Amino acid sequence: MAAPMRGMAGSSNTGNTTSFQKKTHSKLVSIPGTRPSVQNGQLLVSSGVSSLDYVIGGGLAVGTLLLVEEDRFDSYSRMLLKYFLAEGVVCGHELFLASARDHPDEIMQELPSPIVDDVAGIKMSEGQSQPSDPENPDTMKIAWRYQNQPRVQTALVSSMRFGHYYDVSKTMEPELQQAAKCHRFYQLQETPVTKGSSPLPSPYQALLKSIQTVIRKEGFDGSTPQSKVRNVLRLGLHSLGSVLWGDDVCCNDNPAHCHALSTFLYALRGLLRSSLSVAIVTVPSHLIQNRAVMGRIIRLSDTAIALESFRGSEKETNPLYKDYHGLLHVHQLPRLNCLSCEVPDTKDLAFKLKRKQFTIERLHLPPDLSETVSRVSKTELAAGCGSTATGNKHLDF
Amino acid sequence: MFPELNSILNATPDSFKSSDFILVSDRRADASFLIHHHLSFYLRAGCKVCFLGLVQSFSHYSAVGQRLGVSLAQAREKGQLVFLEGLKNSIGVVLQEDTSQETQPLSYLRTPGAGLEGLFRFVDRCVRQRGDGDAGESWGPPVLLIDDLSVLLSLGVSVGAILDFTLYCQATVCSELQGNMVILVRCEEDADDDEEGSNLLQRGLVHQCNLALHVEGLPTGYCRDIHGQMSVWWRQGGETIYNQRKIFHFKLHDKGASFFARGTSSAVL
Repeated sequence: MAAPMRGMAGSSNTGNTTSFQKKTHSKLVSIPGTRPSVQNGQLLVSSGVSSLDYVIGGGLAVGTLLLVEEDRFDSYSRMLLKYFLAEGVVCGHELFLASARDHPDEIMQELPSPIVDDVAGIKMSEGQSQPSDPENPDTMKIAWRYQNQPRVQTALVSSMRFGHYYDVSKTMEPELQQAAKCHRFYQLQETPVTKGSSPLPSPYQALLKSIQTVIRKEGFDGSTPQSKVRNVLRLGLHSLGSVLWGDDVCCNDNPAHCHALSTFLYALRGLLRSSLSVAIVTVPSHLIQNRAVMGRIIRLSDTAIALESFRGSEKETNPLYKDYHGLLHVHQLPRLNCLSCEVPDTKDLAFKLKRKQFTIERLHLPPDLSETVSRVSKTELAAGCGSTATGNKHLDF
Repeated sequence: MFPELNSILNATPDSFKSSDFILVSDRRADASFLIHHHLSFYLRAGCKVCFLGLVQSFSHYSAVGQRLGVSLAQAREKGQLVFLEGLKNSIGVVLQEDTSQETQPLSYLRTPGAGLEGLFRFVDRCVRQRGDGDAGESWGPPVLLIDDLSVLLSLGVSVGAILDFTLYCQATVCSELQGNMVILVRCEEDADDDEEGSNLLQRGLVHQCNLALHVEGLPTGYCRDIHGQMSVWWRQGGETIYNQRKIFHFKLHDKGASFFARGTSSAVL
């Protein structure tokens, strides 16, 4: 795995009041916007949606692939992709966006704007807060205990928080967007490369080559000795498997290149495992007729979720679902470097896209059947029936 | 190595059946914990292990092995373990950059229709070299472990070619060299309309094997505390041909797995 983390990434987020420094033996790879998993020490990045992070076990592990099965109109899966990229912009990660239908620039312009804690805006010049002295007229009179706490950070420079919130009604400001380094791959503008007999058809081959070039050039695989700070590459691949990628797995029962998409995902996962990158791939699974193909694709990725939106289906009027926009199915969770994975409580999850949050909630509570559940012992019940109606032994006359 | 599984299968690292072909399969579940078990089992038993890791990287197995008490890196250095890094080397072959001799085993990525001859030659070479020069240490019978044969189906190799490959391997490893073979196959959900799929592969392999371990989810639904159900099917046992099936429930922990009879999980008792 790329960069497994042992030991905490640094406790300097919140202001330390003690001088105790935890001794860590491993060399710290502290990349902004990442944190180690509490379960197996894996380096995690946020997917941009904090409830999705919770559902998939804390976040997306670096070096893995998240497969999102699109909903029918590709509205929510596109939203997830935008959240993922917006999170990358805010954390300062590098981005790689590939799409065949809309130009990557269009997708980049639609990114939601992050909600910052203050109203001062994203000015780099504000800098850190200064401790105020007693002569300062801003001395607090009532809440004087909080005098020496640092002020709320006004700059969005190094965002050490894991997971941010976004306002979908506003788009991200252009200067913030330009500050992020984004590599684009637009399928319709690429010249088709017909090189001999390759197992992959041309668009996938070109995409894979392009991803490998970016990873090698920017040094995400550790090949070039990096003098600069190490960073994570976020890959967003939109609507793979659709006809615009030259693949007929979505329109034919027996497609000519039925193994193109699976070979691509296999090779992509190999590439991700040996570099500091994380990928999100959306696939229009509702168009794929052959269920076996979908099963294979799910097993070739690490984490797999499916979105089912209620819009346009009869579930829209079902009173059970009236508070939600759709269902979220978690098909697969990865077991990385450990035997057991994060087992979720329940598999009935529904999502709702609100203006400031994409929430994922439990639809029903699971049966209370676990090792720690309390069981009413039989003797108490028997005593209750025998003596008094309430069964409370303290009031037993 | 899971002690409870050892007692179920009547095998310990000191005494286990040789010339055994164990098939591990799953349906909508993940049976890779059984691969980790067998890997640590055979390394502890001192066998020479040839591991074809086609779906995960070496560090993944190494991290889990650490929790189970074996050091894969050390075994690899000593020559006891030969690991084929299928996943990481695949990108070079797919993009046709790496045409050296070392990627011959992965030739199925270049030409999926041609079969798995390159892979078999690699396995053959690996299991035939026994014993290292230094200290005269020679390992026990060879063991072939394959993590996820069904991924080859996703890469375009035909079922017939894979079955040929396993027949060749069985003839070499089990019959000729008295070693063992453990193969993981992952199946699809629907058993009906799958002529050339993994179900056909699994049925073909179950016919060839001696012991079949099949992992799937609970038939009654999802439960947080019982991770699934494993059925053990003893098919042939040398002189006495017995055909016995048993079903167990299991739960995976950080450092192992516990197996219990159906209905005896501590969550329900």
